[in-house]
Amino acid sequence: MINALAYFAPPSFLDWLLLKYFSPETVNYVLWPFIQIGAVVTIIAVYALYATYAERKISAFMQARLGPMRVGPWGLLQPLADALKLLTKEDLTPDKADPYIFKFAPYIAVVAAFVVLAVIPFAPNWGVITDVNIGILFVLSISSVGVLALILAGWSSNSKYALLGGLRSSAQMISYEVALGLSLVGALMFARTLSLSGIVAAQGRDSIWFFFYQPLGLFIFLVSGIAENNRAPFDLPEAESELVAGFHTEYSGMRWSLFFMAEYAAMVVVSAIATTVYLGGWYLPFVYGLTEERGFHNLYVILSIIIFMIKVAVLLYIYFWLRWTLPRFRYDQLMDIGWKWMIPSALINVVLSAIAIFAVQALDGWSGYRTVESVRDGLDLTRTGKIIVIIIGWSGLFITAGLLSVINWRSRDFNLKKQRRKIRLIDLPKGRPAIAPAAATAPATQTPAPAPSE
Amino acid sequence: MMLSLILQQELARMQTTGGVGSPVTAYWPIMVFLVVAIIFPVLPIVLGRFLRPMMYSKTKARPYECGIDPKTEAHDRFTVRYYIVAMLFLIFDVETIFLLPWAIIFMGEDFTFTKFALLEMFIFIGILIVGYYYAWRKGALEWA
Repeated sequence: MINALAYFAPPSFLDWLLLKYFSPETVNYVLWPFIQIGAVVTIIAVYALYATYAERKISAFMQARLGPMRVGPWGLLQPLADALKLLTKEDLTPDKADPYIFKFAPYIAVVAAFVVLAVIPFAPNWGVITDVNIGILFVLSISSVGVLALILAGWSSNSKYALLGGLRSSAQMISYEVALGLSLVGALMFARTLSLSGIVAAQGRDSIWFFFYQPLGLFIFLVSGIAENNRAPFDLPEAESELVAGFHTEYSGMRWSLFFMAEYAAMVVVSAIATTVYLGGWYLPFVYGLTEERGFHNLYVILSIIIFMIKVAVLLYIYFWLRWTLPRFRYDQLMDIGWKWMIPSALINVVLSAIAIFAVQALDGWSGYRTVESVRDGLDLTRTGKIIVIIIGWSGLFITAGLLSVINWRSRDFNLKKQRRKIRLIDLPKGRPAIAPAAATAPATQTPAPAPSE
Repeated sequence: MMLSLILQQELARMQTTGGVGSPVTAYWPIMVFLVVAIIFPVLPIVLGRFLRPMMYSKTKARPYECGIDPKTEAHDRFTVRYYIVAMLFLIFDVETIFLLPWAIIFMGEDFTFTKFALLEMFIFIGILIVGYYYAWRKGALEWA
């Protein structure tokens, strides 16, 4: 009965209808991609639109306000009203700007953010548009194109705020992109494939989310992802209090909203990748391999899409939560976190995951332990193996935190800024200003800072 | 009867579209997606042309500088640190790309391969860490 119902669910019915009029090749390679892509673009656009609404509402509740209430019930139509308003706003191009690049930059941002969605597996079977065998590499390469849009927008505006914002954002994005890529390496070692559907399938086969193996990896990925999207607390490129609006200072109307659409779409993409790689994609926590053996049930696919979207929504909520909780970092702090904390900890994560896998394989068969079920298509560990990997993974959090604290604390010895201060301290007599005579105002700037305690 | 026919078609479609596609056919939907993704932002801008006002005024088209008339061009020199960051990025990103295929085949079916891969990775990351230490020591990671 359920089967009979399921095959009248939209996809099979559509397939049957299409196959009546078109050849199977046309249906497979032209019509189905268009249907899927149209659905994905529409859903993600609406998702991004309502993410703005959710953000305003959540921020309002966090500050004991109500948020948008006037347009529609509980302000539900507010995003549509905003979109309409932006559509009718004037689209300005400054006189001094480079007009072609200025007009072209927002398109790059949107296209780079949206094309990544082509490889994301929302669900099994027809829930995935295409499954490229270099999935993760594709995602990393396309999302790095997004930096170009910010650089071009900042440079072509020919405005000082825009230029500063563009430079800052490009330096920030390329810094965190390294950590973003490195943090995925650990999870890939367990998945043994670059294909995104393959990664989800590997988690189903092993009956565990990679989050449990790779807590450090997920943490680095989320922090770098937030920095990559220029969201608070890493929203230096659009720091309102110092740079007006950063790289999009000169933009207005629809082009401005394209940048925002790209930002929200990129947030959805980062959340979706985190869900796919670390949070088990469309799988519920303790339910794996529900109907795979009997082919994919259509209702199961629809349920999978809903589960996937809920996980993405939870990650998006973390974005909003952090934005309204943490203050913005200073720029040198931002670079410090990127280069001195995130990248080394990603490297440590790679080494630790390698050691975990090595240990599991070394222990297999040693004095009666069984740790590995099979390696052939994806890693499949026994209960003992899982426990070993989970212990190494979670202790990795503490190991990394301790190691990096020591390294960063010791690094003050070869930190140039501190060295300069030390040299100045040696040259100067203690407690007296260097050049200016003792005056009421001078000491504030001339007195050397207290010596860093060694 | 009809249901079984549909089921057969479904299975045939699963075989062609499900799983990792062959290299060429798997990239075809990405091309389609690219076209859709280009149309998606261009459409509202083109449509908006009929809706939005277009009134040129000299003051409006001046670069925004908090109300003060800009005296100089914005295209000026900027700090060299951005170049250093860009160069460091190149090194580390290339290294990430080398690590990705390594991660895929790391766990061999026989243990000797895993041992070899682990040793090799330690050498690779060791060389990288020497460079990283040098950059840090030289103050390339400092910002201020």
